[in-house]
Amino acid sequence: MTASAGSVVLFGYGNPSRGDDALGPLLLERAEAWLGEHPELKVTPVADFQLQIEHAEDLRDQDLALFLDADASCPAPYAFRRIRPIQDDSYSTHALSPGAVLHVFERISRQVAPPAFTLSVRGVGFELGQPLSELAAQHLEAAWSLLEGLLRDARSEVWTLRLSTVE
Amino acid sequence: MSPSARLQLETASHPEALKRIVIEPLTRVEGHGKVTLLMDEDDHVRQARLHIVEFRGFEKFIQGRPYWEVPVLVQRLCGICPVSHHLAAAKAVDMLVGARQLTPTADKLRRLLHYGQILQSHALHFFHLSSPDLLFGFDADVATRNIIGVIAAHPDLAVQGVKLRKYGQEVIRVLSGKRIHGVFAIPGGVNKAFSREDREYLAKDIDQVVAWSRGAVEIARSLYVGKLETSESFGAFRSNFLSLTTPKGDFELYDGALRARDDKGQTIFDQVDCAHYLRYLHEEVKSWSYMKFPFIVSLGNDEGWYRVGPLARINNAERMPTPLAEEARKVFMAMGKGEPVHATLAYHWARMIELLYAAEAIQGLLSDADIFGTDLMVKGEPALEGIGVIEAPRGTLFHHYKVDETGAIVKANLIVSTTNNNTAMNTAVREVAAQYLDGKKLTEGLLNHIEVAIRAYDPCLSCATHALGKMPLQVELIDADGQVVDRLVKGADGELSGEAV
Repeated sequence: MTASAGSVVLFGYGNPSRGDDALGPLLLERAEAWLGEHPELKVTPVADFQLQIEHAEDLRDQDLALFLDADASCPAPYAFRRIRPIQDDSYSTHALSPGAVLHVFERISRQVAPPAFTLSVRGVGFELGQPLSELAAQHLEAAWSLLEGLLRDARSEVWTLRLSTVE
Repeated sequence: MSPSARLQLETASHPEALKRIVIEPLTRVEGHGKVTLLMDEDDHVRQARLHIVEFRGFEKFIQGRPYWEVPVLVQRLCGICPVSHHLAAAKAVDMLVGARQLTPTADKLRRLLHYGQILQSHALHFFHLSSPDLLFGFDADVATRNIIGVIAAHPDLAVQGVKLRKYGQEVIRVLSGKRIHGVFAIPGGVNKAFSREDREYLAKDIDQVVAWSRGAVEIARSLYVGKLETSESFGAFRSNFLSLTTPKGDFELYDGALRARDDKGQTIFDQVDCAHYLRYLHEEVKSWSYMKFPFIVSLGNDEGWYRVGPLARINNAERMPTPLAEEARKVFMAMGKGEPVHATLAYHWARMIELLYAAEAIQGLLSDADIFGTDLMVKGEPALEGIGVIEAPRGTLFHHYKVDETGAIVKANLIVSTTNNNTAMNTAVREVAAQYLDGKKLTEGLLNHIEVAIRAYDPCLSCATHALGKMPLQVELIDADGQVVDRLVKGADGELSGEAV
């Protein structure tokens, strides 16, 4: 079955109780609240602690995929990147990389994965029980500005124009 | 080898004269673990220790919170088994609100949630994390010894693994409203009735799930007996076993009483009320590990350590409550020839028997009219102390809280499954190190033997922080003077590379 144009699966992942690891889920929450006011948009939000093999199933019948996550090493405030299916060694862990999820999808479905992107938001503290840091909260605001625009015009060619250029 | 003899490998007499190999962290193991091997001048393993560094702070995280928040809060301790923490906490909080006996509906719906968790966790572990080692061999090329290799060589098997995991996740989502962070078990019961639409949604696939689970048991069995000598000797040792059982001594995952048996299957204690666990189990602190070492009080800390999890549960059970799982249990137990099965690699086979049990139990509950009841809550005389014990996928999980008059948690004690298996995993590491690493060059394949042994226990070494760039792997060889003489680095993407020192 072919998906209708503009359908997006939006993954927000991380542990909300581990400081800035909450950036992915918080950004997803923000998007979900906003999407409530825009029912015309075909966005499927998926929240989880970490990515696993079953998330490959969430890619079925989607035109675009976007992964929202905290990142301890990306440029501040965020990095927006295009990703491709990749067979990396995250297969051997409890948490797959976004590219590995795409790869699993292609192998089990025998279909080409939808165009996929990561929105990595810079975090600085990841201790259990810590709140979101002030710096991460600022990064969250900046990332939301980008994300809102992406959701309004969910086309791969449009998203590609917004990719981060500074690494 | 007796437990006390095994300590000879744990504590070398002159560690200052040894050099160390450090494996950090472990792959296919949740969280952050480190293995240190101290070797002498002739490269013989003299000391082996598994360090688990991330368990600090769990109790502190809970203290001061109102008890009614705790079942939701503790889900964030772990991204791998949040439902287990949720239910163990809920059982402890049941005691705080005086809910001694839940309604049949609440009890069965909580069980349904729990079996969904067991199903998804066991499926992930076997199909994704362990089957590559078992199918391709511990020394196989790392490029193929992973789930993608399984997809390529055994596509049907790989897809079944993904779909079994997904089904378990769907059970959780349907009941709690979300895959994660859901709220379902609340003090004294559950917060949502189960609809007939939910039942129909889950029932349409359950026969297939049972059939796949049955096939998984056969795969695990054939992999075990296909290389019987290796299966029985790899990281093998004898131990005591601890688990919950029903009043009749049958297999139980959600409730029941504590049973401990020794390495010959003789009873150490039985039908112990979980509320009295501290009379029977203590925890030893060792200077070199953040994680404690539980032991059975009557046997002492040298002889009283035990194993938990699938192997312990199957060994300790008189029967499985479902027919296909019971059939599988009998085949499994025949390997012990009248005694418990002790092989480390037998964990995988036992785990798949539990997977089959969980699938059958879900199937049974979906045909049980009680699940549609609307009597969801009970209350009783409040108490200031609550203890909840559950069989999590990895083993027995204890949550113990004390509250003040305002309901705030003033003390919390958690013994997680991985802590219960702490001595056992250290023992497995030492056995494998002595068997495979002694005097040999450090290679990824050899190191994987150690990881294979640890992975059999499916340890959850930590919680769900996973942010990119946070978890590199570092393997270090350190001499007796503390100098790093060799290093192997694993990047955030999992790529291994050598690094000159």
